[in-house]
Amino acid sequence: MTLLITVFAAVTVTLIWYASEKARKLMTGPLCLAFWGSSLMWLVDAVMEYIENGAEFFSPSGKDMLNDAFLGISVVALALTVWVIALLVKDPGGVVRKRLKKHD
Amino acid sequence: MACFLAPAAEAVVTTVITVVVKKKEKRSEKETASESAVAKKLRFSEKLRWLNWMLWGGSLLLAFEHIWHGEVVPWFPFLTRASDAADRAEMLREIATNGTAMCLLVTLVWGIMVAVASRLEKAAPADEAKEEVVS
Repeated sequence: MTLLITVFAAVTVTLIWYASEKARKLMTGPLCLAFWGSSLMWLVDAVMEYIENGAEFFSPSGKDMLNDAFLGISVVALALTVWVIALLVKDPGGVVRKRLKKHD
Repeated sequence: MACFLAPAAEAVVTTVITVVVKKKEKRSEKETASESAVAKKLRFSEKLRWLNWMLWGGSLLLAFEHIWHGEVVPWFPFLTRASDAADRAEMLREIATNGTAMCLLVTLVWGIMVAVASRLEKAAPADEAKEEVVS
């Protein structure tokens, strides 16, 4: 479930990066690569688990699925939070700097 | 258990390599003074940054997963499995198998990305020439 949620996040951010010039200026490239990197790493985990447990891997308990989904959403929230902080610190559009100058 | 440590270690190495490569590229650009020719092609240090983002991003999110499962703690020795000898051996085995496989897969995907980007860069001048002939 964590892998699925991360893959969906990676695909969504990649599509936004591809379609919008404005989004590319807002550092969506690194975010997209971070999601793809983690998706690949969880894919390895999933393959290893499948090798160990076989078809049982595809029928997790409801409780496990819920916990994994909760983890997946938290992972996406963490990545987005780190990205927003990096965006505000780097301030590629100069929005924060303009606001600060106004208050001076 | 601690499989994210292998890609994190690779990320440290590739980040250092990126800094060295970037310095070399800047030096060679100054010497040749052909920035217009270099600007058309993406620098290798830029391509290395793709790998850095994948490795750092992946390691960070995987580390979060390990904190979630209680495998990483904020006190020494930080990894819950590191205190017991049998658990430690299991953890090291996982780093060697899962961790190495993660490093290999991410690096392989990056290699494919670089190869595709290089092909597109080579094709770009030909496309531009075609457009000029047509117009």
